[in-house]
Amino acid sequence: MQMTTIIQMSKQTVNTSKLENPHSVLQPKISLLFYHFSDLKFLPIVSPLHKLYLKMSNEAMDVPKTGFSFDLCRRNEMLTKKGLKSPGYLKTGTTIVGLIFENGVILGADTRATEGPIVADKNCEKIHYMAPNIYCCGAGTAADTEAVTDNISSQLKLHRYHTGRESRVVTALTLLKSHLFRYQGHVSAALVLGGVDVTGPHLHTIYPHGSTDTLPFATMGSGSLAAMAIFESEYREGLTRDEGVNLVTKAICSGIFNDLGSGSNVDVCVIEKGKKEYLRNHLTPNPRTYISSKGYTFSKKTEVLLTKITPLKELVDVVPVGGDAMEE
Amino acid sequence: MDRDATADVNAPHSMGTTIIGVTYNGGVILGADSRTSTGLYVANRASDKITQLTDNVYICRSGSAADSQIVSDYVRYFLHQHTIQLGQPATVKVAANLVRLLSYNNKNMLQTGIIVGGWDKYEGGKIYGIPLGGTILEQPFAIGGSGSSYLYGFFDQAWKEGMTKDEAEQLVVKAVSLAIARDGASGGVVRTVTINNEGVTRNFYPGDQLPLWHEEVEAHNSLLDILNASSPEPMST
Repeated sequence: MQMTTIIQMSKQTVNTSKLENPHSVLQPKISLLFYHFSDLKFLPIVSPLHKLYLKMSNEAMDVPKTGFSFDLCRRNEMLTKKGLKSPGYLKTGTTIVGLIFENGVILGADTRATEGPIVADKNCEKIHYMAPNIYCCGAGTAADTEAVTDNISSQLKLHRYHTGRESRVVTALTLLKSHLFRYQGHVSAALVLGGVDVTGPHLHTIYPHGSTDTLPFATMGSGSLAAMAIFESEYREGLTRDEGVNLVTKAICSGIFNDLGSGSNVDVCVIEKGKKEYLRNHLTPNPRTYISSKGYTFSKKTEVLLTKITPLKELVDVVPVGGDAMEE
Repeated sequence: MDRDATADVNAPHSMGTTIIGVTYNGGVILGADSRTSTGLYVANRASDKITQLTDNVYICRSGSAADSQIVSDYVRYFLHQHTIQLGQPATVKVAANLVRLLSYNNKNMLQTGIIVGGWDKYEGGKIYGIPLGGTILEQPFAIGGSGSSYLYGFFDQAWKEGMTKDEAEQLVVKAVSLAIARDGASGGVVRTVTINNEGVTRNFYPGDQLPLWHEEVEAHNSLLDILNASSPEPMST
């Protein structure tokens, strides 16, 4: 009885939401509430519900539904309103920066990943590879930044094979912004994209809702205000490589020391025409200081009272039968 | 870690904005400020809100940055196809109607106000305002964005039919700077784009060169001074 009610409710929710609008270009299409029925396959075959499951599966399998299904979002909102604590997710509190110097682009990031008030990863990598000449720093939900940069990096590689040319930064930018806009901000990834291609050095910021800015220097993440303060006072056009790296390091350190969501070490990536340098842990201003070189000594070990070995019982006797040996 | 909404850098990127489009005898002038805010933080203090659709049609964007960028990308793509199929440059009316179709049919999901301005050989200079719901209105001048609230009275008094190019440009710059003075969500620099039969001209008025209004103090030790140290061109894109 309960199962039947669930199905009917789901059917109702699908029908009442107005989905089909032949004129609209941007409307995401919504798939059937198919996942509710996955439990039914364990019912005995006699059950009428099983027939319904088969019927629905045939209909649904014919045409693959495109677009993101937002139905679980509604359910999740309803559940949190009723008091269910949603599971926490790993965020990169983060300070990420980028700047354009005389010969290219320099990207910088801290290395702390937080899960609420806890530091989940003290030395994570926030500067992601997109193409040999393009790198992307990511702030926001760690899974989202990882997934979206990996996805677009693969798409760029396929595009490189297809066109036979080096990837351009604007290509990565358009792919990322279309992806993020399609998910309407639910993919919580704020990115600083930088690279050098045939048209020159480029630096862009991409926000979770899909808007982009093109800037000579940029900061994102919870520590962006601290880092932007450094950039606004000391950035100028035509910086040399060393000046640029120092300025980026300074800005990230400002985020590390003044923002609770950022910390640990500084990663830097310098991209110039034809070459790139990924300086992992370029600066480590937060070393562990309390390790004793002698190691810890514990005065009293756990006492051993009894040593007894009980072999496992054999339930099955293996009898070798004369036959063909296994062949590869 | 309870973060104040003021410093929530993951809030949707919106453009507080003041955008203006005016016609003059011979063409149109589009003007805008340059502030993009997320919550109470200025995400980009030098953004370019005047976007090109074709050689002769430009738009001013306001509202959600993501929505307006996506709409302008789609319309640029459709206009490009239309130009190929038509065999000649698209008219401003077509561009405005494409924007209107997207804005109206997706009105539940989009939050963007757009001013379309351009010049074509059939109608000359035209300005079309397409506010939030997707209405299209052909007007001799149009204002939009949060800062436009402060300009309705100003335009009622200062607008004249048949201005020259320089008069119109001065009017636009004065209007945007008045709005910047009173609206917290507008600021930065003033950008203008002039479109006429000769082509397109972009102009840039840095924040410290704008006229001063009631109780405003002259800027000194401006950040813009550091620009003179290295190169004359402020921001090269």
